[in-house]
This record gives sequence, structure tokens and C-alpha cells, in this order.
Amino acid sequence: MLRTETLTVNVGPQHPSTHGVFRMVVTLDGERVVDLVPHFGYLHRGIEKLAEGRTYLQNVPFTDRLDYISGMSNNLAYALAVEKLAGIGPIPERAEYLRVIMAELTRVANHCVAIGFLLNDLGAFFTPVLYCLREREYILDLFEMASGSRMTPSYIRPGGVAEDVPAEFLPAARKVVAQLPAFIDQLDALLTGNEILMARLQRIGILPPERAVALGVTGPLLRASGVAYDVRKAEPYSIYPRFDFDVVTADGQDAYSRYLVRIGEMRQSVRILEQALKDIPEGPVMAEGVRRIRPPAGEAYARIEAPKGELGFYLVSDGSPNPYRCHIRATSLVNLGALRDMAVGHLVADLIIILGSIDITLGEVDR
Amino acid sequence: MHVSESDTISRLQAALPGVHIEPVEGAKDPTFLVEVDSLLQVAAWLRDQAGYDYLSGVAGVDRGERFEVVYHLYSTRGGGALVLKVSRPWDVPEVPSLVGIWPAANLLEREAYDLLGITFTGHPDLRRILLWEGFPGHPLRKTFENKTFAHAEMQATMTSEEVPHAEN
Repeated sequence: MLRTETLTVNVGPQHPSTHGVFRMVVTLDGERVVDLVPHFGYLHRGIEKLAEGRTYLQNVPFTDRLDYISGMSNNLAYALAVEKLAGIGPIPERAEYLRVIMAELTRVANHCVAIGFLLNDLGAFFTPVLYCLREREYILDLFEMASGSRMTPSYIRPGGVAEDVPAEFLPAARKVVAQLPAFIDQLDALLTGNEILMARLQRIGILPPERAVALGVTGPLLRASGVAYDVRKAEPYSIYPRFDFDVVTADGQDAYSRYLVRIGEMRQSVRILEQALKDIPEGPVMAEGVRRIRPPAGEAYARIEAPKGELGFYLVSDGSPNPYRCHIRATSLVNLGALRDMAVGHLVADLIIILGSIDITLGEVDR
Repeated sequence: MHVSESDTISRLQAALPGVHIEPVEGAKDPTFLVEVDSLLQVAAWLRDQAGYDYLSGVAGVDRGERFEVVYHLYSTRGGGALVLKVSRPWDVPEVPSLVGIWPAANLLEREAYDLLGITFTGHPDLRRILLWEGFPGHPLRKTFENKTFAHAEMQATMTSEEVPHAEN
């Protein structure tokens, strides 16, 4: 009888399919994964510690650098936490609309990246992702117009937004949003029924709903397991209750369902954007008297539905101008906790797809 | 304010008579201080009887003389947070692990262990997560000395050849 043994393979930290600096030690039986141990921390910058030495406002730029694909969403979560802690409000209407517009544009941009690079992981090198990145670039142009920066905007701040958008922003945003449905249709036509894509994604990386909830997984990863949980509906924040949109779910529990949920969420984001761009009023964009934020001693946790899932900031104040403690509930870290469950039993080639289907950013995992 | 959460806690106290729980002042979310010995019992009851099936976050806080561990619980049926808190003396930072109740606690507790040195008893795999094995100390403790900008001190221990870009 042929003697066989398992093989331990190190994947990463420098590896094109790990979407950053992430390492996993994989035990293989032939080509099949029998165990997986993730290793984190290669991008750890100590942001939570650094935050303790800076004022509430000075910490906004750090949040850009968490999930650097969706800086605007990170700004929003942090701003909501500071506002809750310090009792800042009400936020001016125009600022609320701008926040929702930026957050939903971010969601579309993030899902463009997630879907594009998932195709890269499949071996469809750089043709599908090019279409996605082209569309994302139009959105990043809008961010640059509003904040001066494509990816590190620091635009949404405690009390409102940094400054009003220039006069050309809203017409430009309406134009970008008007062309999004055609782009999503094109992506849908190109990919959804594609035989290779279906063969590679379906029944790969199964995550049953009970297990997903127990592991604390959120975002498209959770909704693709059939759990209709979205913070925008479960515990609404900002002005989301004013907009008509649906929570997109799929019940395949696999990588293909995650892809479908992301396509569906882009369409829902377009719906929200159309409503917000139609209704946005004129007016101030920063609440009155937000200067030298010194929250009373206490603590608050605020969370949002970021493109990748629940992102939250837990802030503790001792009454000084700096946070006493700033804990970041990192979506990507918790979602990565489901990787082993999903990967065991699959082939190595599928492991790369499963990791891609989670959609992580290491800046947020390691902080 | 926070009627339904207080209601849940009253039901919990009726169901678990020996357990002592008190609300925390100054917190913006409904927060309750639990004794460390009853944490597992309370957590299991909240999950099974009150529908808190989703553990969102575990955060450690160094309060100077004590360590706090803060748990943010939600229900996937919707609604706001219920926050549990345990407090431990600074020199005995031991808390029972909740991995058996919510597997989500696994990585989050490792993070609190790594950055604050809080020990979660019963955790299946309590290792450092963001920093490397052998890192001196736990940086989120208030006693931790931040040497990020202490270049001069670092260079003092090097010979002049070892100092990178010394000519600059």
C-alpha cells in the first residue's frame, strides 16, 4: 500500500491572492485542505493605541486607513460614535444626505473591487477587474471632488461633513449614478451566467446560517447564507429609514451566492443614491458649536453597515480631549474567523476563491 | 429608556436568582455589570432565552486599578445592543472565555489578550494575534511605555555604523 502523509504549506504573507499581507498555514492531504491556521498582524500599526494620544478630530484620518477601500464608511462609523458619546446633534439635513450619498457610493466602489478581484483569483486575470476599476474610478473622482483625496477622504467628521461639496459635485454624481445600472447590467450579463464562473463558485465555501451567526459574521457573507441581517434595517442610523431599499439575500451559502448578493447590493445602493440625490436640500453641513470635542466621562458604541459588514467603534471617555480607549470592531477580522470552517475539505485552488469571496482588507484586520 | 433591555435583565434575575447584575451609569448603551463567576451562566441565558445570538464585539479596557471586558450583544432579529461588562482587579486579569457560547469570541478574545494581557480561561487557542510571540508587554495597558518616537534612545544602544542613514 502506498504511504501517504499530509503536507504543511505556508501561503503568504506576500502572495497576490491574499489581498494584502496575510498568512495562512494550510495542511494538505493531496490537494485537499484538512486544516488551516490564519496568522495576522503584518499590517498592525497600533491605531487603537495611537488614538489614545490624539484628539477626537485628529483621529479621523486614522479611520481612512482601516479598510482603505472604503474610507468614507469608516469616517461615518467613527463620526457616529463620537456624536453618540459627546451628544452632538442634530446633524444638518444636507450633511446627513451627503453622508448617505458617500456611504452608498463607497459600497458600490467596494463591491466593484470585491467582484473584480474575485475574478482575478479565479484566474481571469485583469479583464473583468478592469471594467470594475474603471467604474470605481468615476466614484473616486467624486470623492476627490468633495474631499481632495481619492481613498483617504477624512470627509465625514463628528458633527457633519468637513465642508460643502463644490457646485459641480451633485450634477457629476447624478451622471455617475445614472450610468451605474448599465454597468451593473453589463457585469451581470458578462459574469452571472458564465459557465466557468458558476463551476468554480457554486458549492464552494459553504457556510450554514447558524454557524455564520455563531461566528459573528456580517455583511454580504452573512446575507449569502440566507440571514437577512443589515444594520441599516436592524438598528437604523443616519437617515436610512427615509429611503426605499431591500436587504439582498441569497440562500446558496456558497461563494456564488456572495457574488450574487454583491451584485444585488450595488443595485440597491443605486436606488438609495437616486432618492438621496433627488431630495438633498441646501443648507449648512456642520452642526453648531462643534469645536474642541470633550465628551463627558462615559462610553458609547456606534456601528454601521459598512460594505463588508458591521463596522463599529467603542469609545470610552474620561472627560479629556482624547479618547481614553478606542476599540475598533473590525469587520474583516471577524469575517476571517469563518475561513477555516469554509475551507476545510476543499481544494487548494478553491481556498483562494473562498478567501476572495469573504472580501477582506488587511488594513482593517490588523489595524 | 432602554425599556426592553431592562425588562430582559429583570427576567434574567427572576430566572437566575443567585446572579447579581447592576446597570452601569454613564454608558450610552444599556450596559450591565456582571460578576465574573456568573458570566458564563448569564451569557448562556441571554443567548438561549433572550435571543442574543450575535456577539458583535469584545473590548478590553485598562481602567488603572481594574481591567474591564465589555461584550456587545445583539439579536439577528434586529434591535439595539445589550452590553455586558465584567471588571477584574489589575493584577488578576482573568475572565472566563465565551468561545463555547459564541464562537465569534475566539479572535476577539485573542486580541484582548494580546493587546491588554487579559487571560481568558478555557479559551481553546489563546495566543497573540496582532503582535509577535515574544513582544515585550501589552501595548494597550496604560503602563505601557510607547517607544515609537524614542529614536534617540534606540540609537544610543547602536554603534555609529549600525545607525541607518546617520549621515542624514
